[in-house]
Order: sequence, then C-alpha cells, then structure tokens
Amino acid sequence: MSMHKCGLFYTTYAREDGLFPSKFQKTCLALFLAAMLACPQFLDSYAVSVLNLILIAVIGAVSLNLLTGVCGQMSLGHGAFVGVGAYGAAIFSNMGAPFFLALLGGGAVAAMVGMVFGIPSLRLKGIYLAISTLAAQLILEYVFLHASSLTGGANGLPVDPPEILGFAFDTDARIFYLILAVAALCVLAVTNVTRTRHGRAFVAIRDYHQSAENVGVNLFAYKLQAFGLSSFLAGIAGGLWAHYTMYITPEQFSMGLSISYLAMIIIGGMGSVIGSIFGAIFITLLPELLNLLISALGGFAPDLSAIIVPMKEGVFGLMLVLFLIFEPEGLARKWRLTKAYWKLYPFAY
Amino acid sequence: MNGSSPLLAVQEVSLTFKNVAALSRVSCSVQQGSITSLIGPNGAGKTSMLNCISGRYTPTKGKISMGDRELTGVPAHKRTGFGLARTFQNIALFRGLSVLDNLMVGRHSRLGYGLLASVFYLGKARREETRHRQRVEEIIDFLNLSPYRHQTAGHLPYGVQKKVELGRALAAEPELLLLDEPMAGMNLEETEDMARSILDINEEWGVTVFLVEHDMGVVMDLSDHVIVLDFGRVLASGTPEAIQSNPKVISAYLGDDDGLYKGR
Repeated sequence: MSMHKCGLFYTTYAREDGLFPSKFQKTCLALFLAAMLACPQFLDSYAVSVLNLILIAVIGAVSLNLLTGVCGQMSLGHGAFVGVGAYGAAIFSNMGAPFFLALLGGGAVAAMVGMVFGIPSLRLKGIYLAISTLAAQLILEYVFLHASSLTGGANGLPVDPPEILGFAFDTDARIFYLILAVAALCVLAVTNVTRTRHGRAFVAIRDYHQSAENVGVNLFAYKLQAFGLSSFLAGIAGGLWAHYTMYITPEQFSMGLSISYLAMIIIGGMGSVIGSIFGAIFITLLPELLNLLISALGGFAPDLSAIIVPMKEGVFGLMLVLFLIFEPEGLARKWRLTKAYWKLYPFAY
Repeated sequence: MNGSSPLLAVQEVSLTFKNVAALSRVSCSVQQGSITSLIGPNGAGKTSMLNCISGRYTPTKGKISMGDRELTGVPAHKRTGFGLARTFQNIALFRGLSVLDNLMVGRHSRLGYGLLASVFYLGKARREETRHRQRVEEIIDFLNLSPYRHQTAGHLPYGVQKKVELGRALAAEPELLLLDEPMAGMNLEETEDMARSILDINEEWGVTVFLVEHDMGVVMDLSDHVIVLDFGRVLASGTPEAIQSNPKVISAYLGDDDGLYKGR
C-alpha cells in the first residue's frame, strides 16, 4: 500500500506500521507544516480565505472518501450531512455553547442523521444506495428550508466567529490556524482508521461482502459505523464552515455541494486519504484559477475574456471529464508514480 | 484420527429454493482432527452444504452443530467465534488490500479494540496490531507468502491468491476449516503444494479440515473419510477405499465400465 524509501529496513512491526517511518518523510512533514503555519504571514487575506475553504473541503472530502472510497457505500447526500453539522454547530453556538463543544455537538447530530440514512445500506448497494442517499439530500434540504424556527429557513442563520478562552478567531488569518488544526486532526483520524481493524473491515465490505461476513465482520454494524464516522467528520466540516462564513443558508448545502465532494474523491483517488486532499485542493482551486485566467486575459483581450466568463462552468466540467479519461485512478496514483520515479532517479529501474 | 466425538454434526438438513431441493435430509459428521472430503457431481449440493455450515444459507429443515454448540440460526459473522473459517470456490479475496492486511482481516474477530481506539491508534490498538501481526507473519512464513507480503492481493497470480485465501482462513485460527475446491484451476505443482499445506495444517496445527474437491486423486490421498452427495442426498460415506469400491458411487459418479456400452 505505502511506498517506502529504498534501503529502509525495519526491525520491529511497530516501526514499520508507523505513519512516517523514515527521517526524510518526517523532515518533509515538518517543513510542510512550517510552510503552512507561515502562510498567513505572506499571503493576502483573499488567498488565506481560499486556503480556509480548501481545508474545510479537505475534511469533507476525506470523510466522504472513508464512506464511499474505503467502505464502498455510495453517497449523494454528503453535502446535506455537512449542512446538518453546520446547522447543528450554529444552533449550539447560538445557544451559548463554547466553540469546541458546539463543533462536536454538530458532528454528533450529523453522525446520528447519517446513521439513520445509512440504514438502507443493509439492503441496497451501489447505484440503488446512491438513489436512497439522494433522497436524504432532498429531505434534509427541505428540512433546512422549512424548519425555520430552528434554521431560520430561507433567511439563513447568523453565527458568531469562534472564540476560545476570550480569543476571537475573527479574521481569515486567525481562523486559518484553527481550521488547519482541526483539518489535520480529521485527516489523522481517517488515516488511523484506514490502517487498523475498522478500516480493514470497511475495505473488506467494499471488496467482497460475503467473505467479509465469513471472517467475522458484522456487515450492518460496520456499514453504520462507516456512515456515522463519515457523517461526524462531515458535520465537523460543516461546523467550521458555519463559524467561518458566519452566515449559513440552505442553498449552501445543496446537491451541488454533494456532487463536488464526489468529484473531489474521484479526481483525487477513491479510497486514498492523500488523494482526497489533492482532490479538495484541485476542485477548490480550479474556479479560482479560471477567475485568475479571465482577469489576466481581461487586461489585453477583453473580448476573449467576455467569451470565457459564461463558459466558466463548461470549462470546469471539461476539466473533470478530461481528468477521468486520462487519469481514472486519480491524483493519488500520479503522486505514487512521481514518488516512485524520484525514488529511483537517475536510474530507469 | 478416529476420535469418537464428531466436531461437526449435520442432522437431517434440507435446503429448498422455491420447490427446488438443493439438499434433502442430509446427515453427516466430521470427526475431530480428521480430513473429511465431500464429493459429488456438479449440482449435487456440495457448495450449498458448505454455505449452510458457514451461515450464508439457512437450512429449511434440520440442525447443524459444532461440538456441543448449535450452529443453526447463528449469523455468519458470529461463526468465526465458534472456530469456523472457510475459503471460497471462486477467489473471494479483498482485492484492494495487501496480503498482510487480508490476513489481518482474517483475524478480525480476534482483535478486540473499538472504533475510538482505531481513530486515535493509541495504546490498546497499537499493542494489539503488533501482537496479531506477529501471528499473521507466522502464517505468511508457513505458506511461503513472504515475497508477496506487501503486494495488493488483486494483482497476484491465481495460485498465490488461492494460498492467500487459505492464509486468511487460517489467520482466524479455526478449529474447523471449510475448503471449497482449493485445487480448482491449479496446475500439478500448485496442487501438490496446496495438498502439502492442507496436510500440514491438519497434522501440525491440529485443524480439522472439511474439503470439497473435484480432483479425485487429491481427495483419495488426503482424506480420512469421504462423503458422497448426489442430487442433494448422501449417496455413501466411508473411508476412501470403501468409497472407491462402492458400486453406487461408481455408477453415479466415478463412472462404471459398462456405462459406455449401455449408451449413458
């Protein structure tokens, strides 16, 4: 599964099972984290806001990948589960709960809702399950819109920025550190699950559910756990989203959000944690890059940019299709191949 | 080899699918420590029998018990806890997992930590992973799978995949191992290798083996006891020698010399 450096030998199983077994990997991780921490010092607030959106998308994509990529349970309702977490956290927060409690509460509500909508997975597989989660999406959207006493209905729900021990995370740069920490924890959690008993059982269910049953995996219990854990993390993403944007409305958690999460994990690589991160970055950055392109063109070819603006959505779709054709296993595979190439460089094999 | 108490007892088991009887009133037993084979022509109900024992099918009538515990009605995923493991006729590996992880899944019910321990990978999860990894490595060594340890199971050659599946069943440390055509589609060397593994599992590890197999040479060489099924009924049961000379078995299955002339 993992690609390790040449000439790295292990003397204990515990060491081999480590996430970053080599010094080189540890150094890379440290450098990456340092670079991330330094980001707000060097970037303007717009760029930091894009980073924040990416990090929230990373949590959403990683959680969907746990359910759909790892456990094989197709979900078209992930955007709505994010929404449940967002409304849950917002409501708890407005009731005066401290930030982390509200965040966890939102996650817990999302987990419960996710598990309820996961019940059909006992009987339904593949495309049929996808349709039943689509029903979850529509039902939840309806609830967001019509349970106005709780959610504010179409008017939306204002939320205060998070405050921990009197310190308000009220700017893009400040909240960046908070979101980064939570996102790192979520990614670590999913990574841990995929390399232990539960993650293996999830893959077993995905790959061959009859023999999973015969090795002792309780299919229903584990599918529900996958739904629960995935929706919990989706709820965390939603809670962060609510506290970050400070205003949530039902249309933020529409079908489109669910589809874009699916696009993230397909482009990133099904079942791969690092793939979900790549996918989240790609899908969040793509419109931004198109905007940049349009404004750059606007400088010397305003006619051309006027044509491209309405085509933005089309270009977005085209990129997705091309991606699926030329790299169906996603960015995670590209990443693996690149690593394998540099591992042996300058030798061919 | 001839312990007096049967490890597995099948009593009057019938299985019908919408008026089609796959098994009718089948009774048989597997002695503790033996290698018992189940043979029969295609469609005789051999795999249905295994599916009843492993819990995929629920018999319409009858009773299956292991030792003094009743198996009928126990959900399939709980039967590993009874000391039961099986392999499948068509390879049923977890293709996306490495060989090592396939075997670790085999130990699923022996690992006890919960979802939270999984999420944080602290103390108990870490200790158990290492401890069970050691046991799995012993099985990997035993089956000569070490070159494939970290490879994705779905990409391995057929013969190796069959062995990985055997390893996954062994990883559960079963008392009774159900093997559904472990030699199907193998060449001579792979068959011999597999036969050697099955004998070792039986003799060194003391695992009772219940085998469904079409390769008569293998069945007659390995088995202590042979059960013949035909059209969902037990046709004969006894030692390999007795079965080979049983006229009913010969005419139904092994083919009698006169069959040709009678226009069959």
